Amino acid sequence: MGMTIAEKILATHAGKESVSPKEIVDAELDYVMVNDVTGLPAFEVFEEFGAAPIREKAVLIQDHYVPNKDVASAEQAKSMRDFAKKYRIVNHFDVGRGGVCHQIMIEEGFAAPGRLIVGADSHTCSYGALGALSTGIGSSEAASAMATGELWFRVPETQKFIVDGELGNYVMGKDIILHIIGDIGVSGSLYRSMEFYGSAIVSLSLSDRITISNMAIEAGAKCGIIPPDEKVSTYLKDRVIGDYSPVYADEDAEYEDTFEYDAAEIVPMVAKPHLPENVVPASEIDVTIDQAYLGSCTNGRIEDLRCAAEILEGKKVHPDVRMIVVPASKSVFEDALREGLIETFMAADAYVAGPTCGACLGGYMGVLAGGERCVSSTNRNFIGRMGHKDSEVYLANPAVVAASAITGRITDPNDL
Amino acid sequence: MEKNIRGRVWRFPENVDTDQIIPAKYLVTGDPDELAKHAFELVRPDFAGNVRKGDVIVAEKNFGSGSSREHAPRALLGAGISCVIAPSFARIFYRNSINIGLPLVECEVDSGDGAVLDVDFENGTILDAEAGREYTFPPLPDFLMKLLDVGLIENTKRKLERMKG
Repeated sequence: MGMTIAEKILATHAGKESVSPKEIVDAELDYVMVNDVTGLPAFEVFEEFGAAPIREKAVLIQDHYVPNKDVASAEQAKSMRDFAKKYRIVNHFDVGRGGVCHQIMIEEGFAAPGRLIVGADSHTCSYGALGALSTGIGSSEAASAMATGELWFRVPETQKFIVDGELGNYVMGKDIILHIIGDIGVSGSLYRSMEFYGSAIVSLSLSDRITISNMAIEAGAKCGIIPPDEKVSTYLKDRVIGDYSPVYADEDAEYEDTFEYDAAEIVPMVAKPHLPENVVPASEIDVTIDQAYLGSCTNGRIEDLRCAAEILEGKKVHPDVRMIVVPASKSVFEDALREGLIETFMAADAYVAGPTCGACLGGYMGVLAGGERCVSSTNRNFIGRMGHKDSEVYLANPAVVAASAITGRITDPNDL
Repeated sequence: MEKNIRGRVWRFPENVDTDQIIPAKYLVTGDPDELAKHAFELVRPDFAGNVRKGDVIVAEKNFGSGSSREHAPRALLGAGISCVIAPSFARIFYRNSINIGLPLVECEVDSGDGAVLDVDFENGTILDAEAGREYTFPPLPDFLMKLLDVGLIENTKRKLERMKG
């Protein structure tokens, strides 16, 4: 019987001819990533092993609470620096050298087709856009994986998602994944692997595909994989570390379910509080906003910034709104500077900050007060996600964020 | 791990995410006792002050969704929670809990706040004596039961020994 992409990648890394859903396998990992928040508990656990890490597989990225917000986060970030020094781990991306961990994993060539990558951050599933099986784990597991280079996996059932047709104006990867989550719900892919196909997916930029894979976890999935094509190989040229071999599903691979969508029916969407499944067309909702946030591993890439800047060009952010722009990496920031996008944002009265997780998780900057609303290009709108328990986050694509920043209420950019 | 537990219920709805269990601003330590002080702070402010050792959490589907933060099951362990019962769990939360020794039971249970449950892990039963209801659940697969029993740290040490040999 044929295998899906996730099954093949797990089989290869477990040294087996084939695997089937529900089977538990021990598989060899290509990389193990931790960030500053999940790193500290991992390093504490690691010391219990009395072993050295497999140095070339470990990637340490400071992104959540750097530059440090307080003494506790400073100590936490220091624990990562100390760990990197103690074990001479070269893949350590500190302040001023990196950005949001998933963007760095992709930009620096750790993520590639066919690879098996784990990270102590739930959005590790982002690299599925490059044809990798990547998934989030906890801190203790990350410690264990750094020591042994292996981890156990339950082989997931695979669901197939086909999006065919042409996408409308200002409809992005974000809208496709929100549309899907709106359909299947936040536990619609629990323990599953999502595989994405169809002409609309093929037509997307790699950046938009990363948005889709990034939010697979918002449907509960283990991973969200897109078959890699020449857009991926072009991106990886001169960037990827080592060799890689793309993996594709067999013709007779078995899927638990198949979901089909017509791209023409997908419009710029918004996910209302407090779940990513609460989606409605942006044009059908009428609420004022206090903050507009553009950034994160979901939508903080140069393509996202270009899209927002084009809408903001020559305009001003609404006087009742503060707009915050956080490029996802140093490299994105540099490109945005070179292309004049930063100037456009600043001329529009947006606040631009250095590459970190920024306001996404509500513990560092851009924190919301009680009753405030934010339209955000991020991935989660949970209760209190960005601050006060009575604040609200509306998830949307970068174009909707920019359009809403101008009007002061949630706006479909096609209505500007 | 205890084979039988008796605990008082804290009832939660569906899709409880790990941001609710422990808000991101407290993710500056991995210490279970410290994290427990802020468990469910936004959605259930009475939890941290009133939770007692041995209490159980009963929730609806998809408990522990969202962020991979192991701080979430650590906060529950620190609060003295002896077991979480829900029809389904988010996968990272599930792994994290087993790894650090917080037992999870996949089962749909009706009992509300304050009910007292007897959970028998070996026989796969949950008894709500007062309501006169008994529930059954399939025990964890052997592999996971061993992991829960031994803990990930010890398990990894043994694996490293084997790899050396």
